[in-house]
This record gives sequence, C-alpha cells and structure tokens, in this order.
Amino acid sequence: MSPLYVVLFLPLIGAVINRLFGARLGKRASAGLACAAVLTAFAFAVSAFLGLSALAPAARSVVTPVYGFLTVGSFKIGFDLLLDPLSAVMICVVTGIGSLIHIYSVAYMEEEDDAEYARFFAYINFFVFSMLTLVLAANFMVIFTGWELVGVSSYLLIGYYRGKTSAADAGKKAFIVNRVGDLGFLLGIFIIMGVFGSLDFGVVLPHAALLGAGSGLATATALLLFMGAMGKSAQGPLYVWLPDAMEGPTPVSALIHAATMVTAGVFLVARCHAIFELSPTAMGVVAWIGGLTALYAATIAMVQADIKRVLAYSTVSQLGYMVMGVGLGAYTAGFFHLLTHAFFKALLFLGAGSVMHALHGELDMHKMGGLRKKMPITHITFVIGACCLAGVPLTSGFFSKDEILYMAIAGPHASLCLWVVGYLGACCTAFYSGRLVFQIFYGKPRDHHAYDHAHESAWPMALPLVVLAVGSLAVGLLGLPKFASSWQPFSDWLAPVFADVKTAPEADGGSLVYWLMLLYTATVAFLGWLSYQWFAKENPKPTALAARWNGLYRLLWNKYYVDEFYQLVFVRAFLGYSRWLWRWVDQGIIDGAVNAVGGFAQHLGALLRERVQNGQTRQYAAFLMAGVCLLLGLVFIYGGGR
Amino acid sequence: MFGVGFVLALALAIFSIGAFGVLTRRDPLVMFISIEMMFNAANLALVDLSNYLKLVQGHALVFFVIAVAAAEVAVGLGIIIAIFRTEKDVNVDHLSELKG
Amino acid sequence: MLSLIIGSSLLSALVVAFGPWGSPGAVRRVSLGLSLVQIGIVVWVLSQMDSSAGFQMQEQVAWIPALGSSYHLGIDGISRWLVALNALLLPISILASWNAVQKNVRAFHALLLALQAMVYGVFLSLDVFLFYLFWEASLLPMYFLIGVWGGERRLYATIKFVLYTLSGSLLMLLAMIWMAFLARKQLGHLSFDLVDWKSLAIGVDVQRWLFLAFFLAFAIKVPLFPFHTWLPDAHVEAPTAGSILLAGVLLKLGTYGLMRFNINLFPEAALLFQRPVLLLCLIGTIYGAVMVLVQTDFKKMVAYSSVSHMGLCVLGLFSFTLAGQQGALLTMLNHGISTGALFLVVGIFYERCHTRDLSQYGGAIAKMPVLGLLFLPVVFSSMGVPGTNGFVNEFLCLRGAFLANPLLGAAAALTLILGAAYMLRLTQKVMYGPVASHAMEELTDINARERTSLGVFVALIFVLGVFPNLVLSSTEASVQMGLDRLLQGQPAAAPAVAPPVVQGSLPSAPRAKLAETKGKGSEVLAFSDLNGAEVKP
Repeated sequence: MSPLYVVLFLPLIGAVINRLFGARLGKRASAGLACAAVLTAFAFAVSAFLGLSALAPAARSVVTPVYGFLTVGSFKIGFDLLLDPLSAVMICVVTGIGSLIHIYSVAYMEEEDDAEYARFFAYINFFVFSMLTLVLAANFMVIFTGWELVGVSSYLLIGYYRGKTSAADAGKKAFIVNRVGDLGFLLGIFIIMGVFGSLDFGVVLPHAALLGAGSGLATATALLLFMGAMGKSAQGPLYVWLPDAMEGPTPVSALIHAATMVTAGVFLVARCHAIFELSPTAMGVVAWIGGLTALYAATIAMVQADIKRVLAYSTVSQLGYMVMGVGLGAYTAGFFHLLTHAFFKALLFLGAGSVMHALHGELDMHKMGGLRKKMPITHITFVIGACCLAGVPLTSGFFSKDEILYMAIAGPHASLCLWVVGYLGACCTAFYSGRLVFQIFYGKPRDHHAYDHAHESAWPMALPLVVLAVGSLAVGLLGLPKFASSWQPFSDWLAPVFADVKTAPEADGGSLVYWLMLLYTATVAFLGWLSYQWFAKENPKPTALAARWNGLYRLLWNKYYVDEFYQLVFVRAFLGYSRWLWRWVDQGIIDGAVNAVGGFAQHLGALLRERVQNGQTRQYAAFLMAGVCLLLGLVFIYGGGR
Repeated sequence: MFGVGFVLALALAIFSIGAFGVLTRRDPLVMFISIEMMFNAANLALVDLSNYLKLVQGHALVFFVIAVAAAEVAVGLGIIIAIFRTEKDVNVDHLSELKG
Repeated sequence: MLSLIIGSSLLSALVVAFGPWGSPGAVRRVSLGLSLVQIGIVVWVLSQMDSSAGFQMQEQVAWIPALGSSYHLGIDGISRWLVALNALLLPISILASWNAVQKNVRAFHALLLALQAMVYGVFLSLDVFLFYLFWEASLLPMYFLIGVWGGERRLYATIKFVLYTLSGSLLMLLAMIWMAFLARKQLGHLSFDLVDWKSLAIGVDVQRWLFLAFFLAFAIKVPLFPFHTWLPDAHVEAPTAGSILLAGVLLKLGTYGLMRFNINLFPEAALLFQRPVLLLCLIGTIYGAVMVLVQTDFKKMVAYSSVSHMGLCVLGLFSFTLAGQQGALLTMLNHGISTGALFLVVGIFYERCHTRDLSQYGGAIAKMPVLGLLFLPVVFSSMGVPGTNGFVNEFLCLRGAFLANPLLGAAAALTLILGAAYMLRLTQKVMYGPVASHAMEELTDINARERTSLGVFVALIFVLGVFPNLVLSSTEASVQMGLDRLLQGQPAAAPAVAPPVVQGSLPSAPRAKLAETKGKGSEVLAFSDLNGAEVKP
C-alpha cells in the first residue's frame, strides 16, 4: 500500500474522531491524537519523498488510483493521487509545518474548554487532509475537491470563535470571495474537459498544445484557472478576504493563511504551467497582477497597527511575489519563495501569537515595546523571521525573492517595469519588517501594565519557533544563486516537472544585474536602519509624519477604502436591488399576476351572484324564457336537420 | 271548424299571455294563474296536434299534464301559505332567501 | 411486485386510518413501523431489478378497455431512485411530526401514507391515464396536510397550491386525450399506454402544442420560474412533514414528468424549445438564489433555494447531454435529501422557538452543539461543496449546461457564488454570533429521535457525495436510451471521443479530428463552440 494513503487519510481519521468524540476524550487525548496523526503523516510523507528520490528523475511521477469517483458515459474520473517532485515537496511542507503548528496549538489553545479544544484540532486536522488532497491531486477533479475543502476548513477555522459576529462575517467573506475564484476554476475545468475529454494531469498537461499556442482558447483557459488561483492566493481584486481571515486563532493564520493554503494558487499555476505557457497574454496578466498586488499590499502593511493585519498584508504581498515569479516563467523561483515563505511567515505568525498570548490578546503594536528582555526566544526567532521577510542578504527570503527579481530582468518573460514594481514592494517590505521588530521588541514599554505581566511562552510554543527559525535560515541553502553555488538541490529536484519550460539564460555576469542587486541590498539595509531610527523609541517619529501627510496616511490606514467599496457595490447595492426585485417583481408582478387570476375569478363570481343569482323568481323565469326563445330561434335558423 | 293553425295560434297567444303574467306580476297567486294558463296552452296545442296527426298519445299526455298541474298547484299553494305564515308577505320580489 | 409497493403503502394508510389504535402514540408507532416495512419492501424489490435494460417488472391488467387504458406498471433506472427516495422520506417525516402534530393524529398519518402511495403510483405508472389519476390524487393528501395542520395562512396557501397545480394539469389532460386520439388514428384503437405512445409518429406542429401543454403542467410542479410563487407560500404554511415530502418528492414529479413525457415523447418539439426552456431555467436558477438572499423568513429561504436548485436540475435535463441528464437525475435525489434535511432543521427550530423570523435567531450553536455538527454538512451539501452529494449534481448539471452553451453554463455557475452566499448567511444568522433573543436562551439540543432522522440524511449526504457512481451507474443505461431516442434524428452523434486512458497515451485526435467527431450528444466540445459561444441543436 502506498504511503500516500497514510499521509492523506490519517489526518482525516484524526479529524473525524476528534469531532465526534473529542468532547469526551479530554484535552490531552484529543491533542495527542491530532498531533500523532499529523506527525505520522509527516513521517510517511518524508518516506514517500525519499522513495520518490530513489527513482530515476524522469520516472518521478507516480499515480496512485484510490477509487473511481465519477463515471459519465465513457468519461471517467478517479480519485487519483499523483506523487511527483512538486507534490512531494508540498506534502512535506504541509505535514511538517502542520506538525509544528499542531504542537504550538497544544499550548496556545489551552484556555478553551474540552469540546472547543477538540473541535479546533478536528478542524485543523481536517485542513491538513484537504490541503494534502489538493497537492496530491492527479486530476483536476481531485484538485478542485481539495481546493474547495481547504476553503471549507478555512471557513470553519476563521469562524472558530462562534460567539463573535466579526469572526462569522470574516469566515463567510472568505468563503464567498473564494467561491468567485472557484467559479473561474470550474469553468476552466469545463473547457479542459471539453477539449481533452479527460481531466487527468497525465493526459492534459503533456498535450496542452491541443489548446493551440497563443489561441484565445488557451488564454481563456489559463485566465479562468488563474481566477481560481487569485481567490485562493488572495491576488488582485480578490485579496480582501485574507486580512479579515485573521479573526481566526493565530495558529490557523500561521498554517492556513500564511504557510500553506494561500499558496495553493501558486501551486496551481506551477502545476498547470503547460497551459499558461501557451499564452503569453495570460502569463503577462499573471505576472502583473502578482507584481501589483505585491506592491499594493506592502504599502498598506506599512501603516497598520494590528500585528496580525501587518502580517496578513505582508502575506498578500509575498504571495504577489510568488505569483509574479510563476507569471514570469520562473516557476522554480516562485516555488522556492513559496517554500521559504512557508517557513518564515509561519514563524512570524507564531511569534506574533506568542506575543499576543503573553499580552493577553493585545494586538496593537502601539501598545508594545521593549519586549526583548521579557521574551528572549520569541525575540530572537522573530528577528530571524523578519530578516527573511525583509530579504536581508544571506537569509532564505533574500535568495528566493532575489531570484524572482532577477528573473524579472533576466528571465524568459523579462520586464524592467515589473522589476521596478517588485523593487518598490521589496522596499516597503524591508520598512515594515523593521517596524514590526523595533516597535514590538525594542524601545521602552508603552503599556506598563501589559509589559509587567508579559512572560515567555511555554515549551510547546517555543519549540516550534526555534525549529522554524532554524528552518527559515537553512532552507535558503537549498536554492543559492546560480553564480554562487553549483549545488542546486531545489531546482534540480523540480527540474523534471518544469522540463518542458524554456529556461532562462544563464547568468552571464551582465553588469546591470549586479548593480541592481547591489542597489536592492543597499536599500534594504538603509530602510532597516531607518525603521530602527523611527520605531525603537517611545514616541515614534511616524506619528509626526502621519500628521503631515494626513491624506496619504489615511488612505493607507483605510486600505484604500477597497472594503468599503466592495461593501457598497457588491453587498449593499446588490442586496438593495435584490430586495427591490423581490418586493416588486416577485411579490408584485409574478405573484400579483397569479393572485390576480384568482381574484378575477372570485370577483366575476361575486358579480354574477349579485346580478344573476339574486333569488328573484321572476328574473329566473325571464332568463328561462329568454333561453327557450334562444333555443327555439336556433332550431328555426339551423335546425330541422331531418 | 277552425284549422289546425288557428288553434295553435290561440295556444301560442294564451301561452304568451301566461308568460307575460309570470314575468310581470308580483303576486304569487296571479303568477300561479298565469302558469296554469301556460299549461293549458300547452294542453291545447297537444290536443290540437294529436287530433291533426291522428295520434292518441297526445290526448293521453294531456291527462298527465292536468294531473301534474293539479298536484303542482296543491304543493305551490301549500308553499305560499307556509311563506305567508312566516313572512306575513307574499310579494315575490321580497323573497330571495333561496339564492344560496 | 410493483403493485406490492403501491398496495402495501395504500394498505398501510387504511390500517392506520381504521385500525383499533387506542392512543396517538400507538398511531405514531404503527405508522413508523409500517413505513419501515415499506422501506424493506422497496429495497427488496429494487434489488431484484437489473438496471441495464428498459422498463422492467412490468405488470399489465386490463382496466378500462373502452378507453384503451390498462393498469400498467413498470420501473427503470430513472424511476428507481425516486421510488427509493419516496420510501426513505416517509419515516423521517413521521419522526419529524412526532411532537409537532397533536391534532387528529390518526388522519395525519393516514394521509402521509396515502400520499406516499400516490407518489409511488406516479413514478411506476406506464399507463398515462393511471399516471394522471395518481398525479391528481397526490394533490389531495397534500391539500389536507397543509390545510388542516398548517400555519396561520394555511387556507390561502393550500388553495393556491391546489388550484395552481390543477390548472396546469388540466391542459395536460387535454394533451393526453389528444394523444389517445392520435393513437387511435395510427394504431387503430384508443390507447393511453406510454409504450404505445412512444411508437407514434407525431408531426412537429402537433408536437409543439402537446409539448407546451405537458410542459406547463410540469413547470408549475417543478416549479420553474415564473410559475414558482405557490411554492414559498405552501412551504411556509405546511407542517414540517408536509414540507419534507413536498420538496422531497412532490417537486420531483415535475422533473420526472419532463423527462418521461416532454423529452421522450416529443423529441422534435423538445429540441425546438430547448433554448427558451434553458433560458427560463437559467433565470430561475439565478433569480431563485437572489430571492433567498433577501428573505427574512427561515422557511422561505429554504423554499426559494428549492426554486434555484430545481432550475439547475431542469437546466441539466434540457442540456440534452448525458452529463446534464445524469446530473439532473442526481439532483432530484440529492435535493430531496439536502432540502429535506433543511426543512427538518427548520422544523426542529420552529418547535422550540415558535418563530421563523430570522432576526429572532442567533447563537444557536452554543445551545445546540449536536445540531450544529449535523447541520453543517447539510449546508455544505446545499452549497455544492465537494465531498457532499450536492457537488456532484451541480458539477454535472453545470457541465451539461456548459456543453449546451458555454455562456449559459458560465452564467448558471453564478449559482456557486450565490448559493454560498445565502447558505452561509442563513447559517450565520441562525447558528453563530451572540445569543440573540429570549427564545434562543431556552433552546435545548436535539434529542435521539431528531438525531436519528438528521443523521440518516447526513450519512446519505456523505455516501452519495463520495461514491456518486452508486447511483449513476444504475441510471446511465436508461438515461442514455432516452437521449438516443431524443437525438436519433440528429446528425450522427459520434460516441464521445474516447478519452485516453489514465496513464495517458496520446489523445489520439489532433484538433481538427476532435472538432469533426463532435456530435450533438458527444461529451467533447469543439473550439468553434467557444469562439462562437453557441451550439446549434
């Protein structure tokens, strides 16, 4: 039996048991069960990874059919799993980081009562199952199943605090916005089904050229699939759900809304790159939406006060880089950024959770400061995470983001404009990363009451932080720049998947490239220093700046008023219109017509009763006579047939 | 004697007078008399035509009609008296209880 | 054997009505027991049938020879699962009214059983006269169920329901008589037999009128936009058991009729009217969903969602593709399950809070964790989330619609978003947030009886969601036969281009060949379709 069965179904079993019987198991047992399920899954995922690496590179694509899901005529879709280098990396990341976050949650969720505690672990186990379904999918049907199921688990976890209206709203918003993307995805699937008569990756992707290179059909298919990716990966106009999703418990934000689920869009584009490659237009759209989202979200992140919101916008921004990477045809680079981001962003979220936990749920950065003495482990690990995020040279984030920016000028679809956009985004990133670190951990405490009660977190929370910090630094070694090292484990590993893509020209030492990289490094350093100057104090300078540039500041603070705009157009106006439709068209015209028919019959009856059936004997007699006369008349005119 | 047409015309005239009476008068007794006239007009027509066609059935039918008319008058008068007892009024225009 | 199904159900009704039962409790227990026996019988009979062939287990006894009508029963893959659904929903309806119905218990249960018998009759009749008899007879029990045990405006609702449906079926009756005379002209004797009717050759002009007459009757029953307004009224006033059966099986009489009569008997007219019908369904699907969004009445929301779902069902049906029709058939079954469950939940709440006004609801999940656990799968099923049964039928129906016309499919797929929006809104209003009102404070969690009935639904939701082939494999032959008949006059429908095997040899056909082999019934879409965005029938 394939280890994939264990990897995939163990978390599902854990989820079911915890959901049904968790309240009776007690905290220890339900947490133990959930962690054991994910850890075992991780072990088997690693064994699957190793098993795959033992195969020859060209043979590293193994399909495991589980059962026949749907048969219509000659069209068959199976629940099939595909293990290839791409999904092997993903299952290790999902179960690995998933395990750490499970362990972290053991302590973080301690204060919930037994039933709620078990429910949390059931949901998060279920999420792991759904995500694994998504990444292991061997056909579009299974990937769509996983795609929707991660949406469901995300909905459940965002709305985990059931009593809070805002949490329920956020969950609902996340699901509906994601559904907008899924709509596109589904239509894309229909086109693929129609053209190829199959949904299996093994059939569709190698023959993607049937769509016609550069044809409108290929562009339509690619963009529809990308619509799904935009929803899941919070890109372009569909990003709005992710910041709200922070209503969920922090480990959820770390696992789902930073490390794994939101990268599904990038995964999808990478998986279907054969289709995207057919259409330069689609690739351009993907790259530009990624780049613009990266810059846009980063500007918002610069001024937010809530730690988790800053991290959320930062996630949107980093996802933008990944999408830009895959849109530039730099799949390996985009995917590498996905990997490093999974580590350092999970780390940052867990660090933020640790701070929150220490400060009893305080999220406002303006009330923090000087925590480095109270929380040494959280401090160190957070700094590492922030350095990676900012792209400080020699950290993993530097290698991965730099690779994407490099591809923007040297890759197959290079565009200098896009590089500028990415560069500006990176500047903002460096700035807000510095701000996060300095405002939380440096300077003097701004809220002494909270500060006095702060404490370092328990080991189940600290351990994942340390592991992730080490991982964040180490994972960078897998993808050193090509000119620096000939050891390229990551791109070599993924090479079979992207074998069909035309590769970028080797870095030939073009001087522009080096100068731009130098510029980038210098900017990061300068902005780090600037943020130290501004934020590591009791009265940060930006307060003055914000007062001076009030209009701009308010625009950023209010996130460009996009939420308000959506609320107005898609919710208020739409509901208002629907209400009008209901009142006037449904109740008024349609039901009105039905009732009018009934009413007409009723009134006619009443009228006849009044006028004809009135009990006047003589009138009846008159009708009788008239009738007789009429009949006789008819007989006279037409009758006498014989 | 009179031709068949003449008797029929007479029957028609009596019938019409009767019908007119039924439609215009409000007194139930007069209406009854009018109805009797219509019956008898029909009887007249029957007798005349069976005489003309040399058929005996018409004559037989007349007896039935007379018998039915008598029974009907008995029942009708009974009803009128019953109504008069309860309503103290036998103007048919005031009686519309049976319209349902 | 099929008579056994109808007969035992009718007999049960009589036993309940006239048996020596002392207390209401005894009546309830007896009818529950009888309905479970029913399930046993149905399962036994269905297990005997072979799904690969046409009508089976036929029984034919002369009945009114002068009219050419006989007592003729038969079952095929299309009616099979509807019969099963009908059997399944009855015990659940009885359980749902265990406490809710206190007035005239004996009559209530007898009517439920009688209704079931009539519905069996509709699904199993192969004689159209018999069909019509059962069709109209099924109105009567429902008339009383709503009219006697309903809510405040029950008379308005029940009269509207009966008159509306009746006026549609009168036209159908005329069309049936017309058909019988056509049979006399062509076969030499009056005939109401469906099998005879299928052999008639009918000119397109005549077909057109006949199609419209039948269509009106079924469209009202389904109900399709704009004939839907009786449904919310009827549902809102009906007792829970009535709502479950109304949504669960009575609406399916309409879609079943469309499939059995309109499409099968009048193929040319069906093709002729395909576009307007599809358009109507599209409007209904979207419109129904939009209507749900603005309702403030719990039960009306569920009722309007039925309009949307049934619109999608007929959309699949009239896509005239195997995927669409299989999807439509599955929708009939799945909608019965998920909407039945939703109405059950509405009933559970109404029994406790005595209000359907959503503004009074909120935070129920804190008081009713078990209900919350069982309710979510139902919500997801109604939204069409993969893993639940709702997904499979939505996928197939949309797929069919997309094949018929990509733009149509894309527009209908909006229901994905709207469906999520209204179901999540409903869930949030009822379940989440702070406890909203005094009524919610006193909620008690569901008891074992309610757990059982909801649990059955949830189990089916998952089983059918994960293994849809359980149903689809047994309906495919019948649906395909119907489609073949429908499309036989069409330019030769190539067998769907064989999709390459899983491990992926070349999809043998290059582009041109793919386009060329594409036929009307084929599952393969050619490029021209997308560019021109239309498929000519």
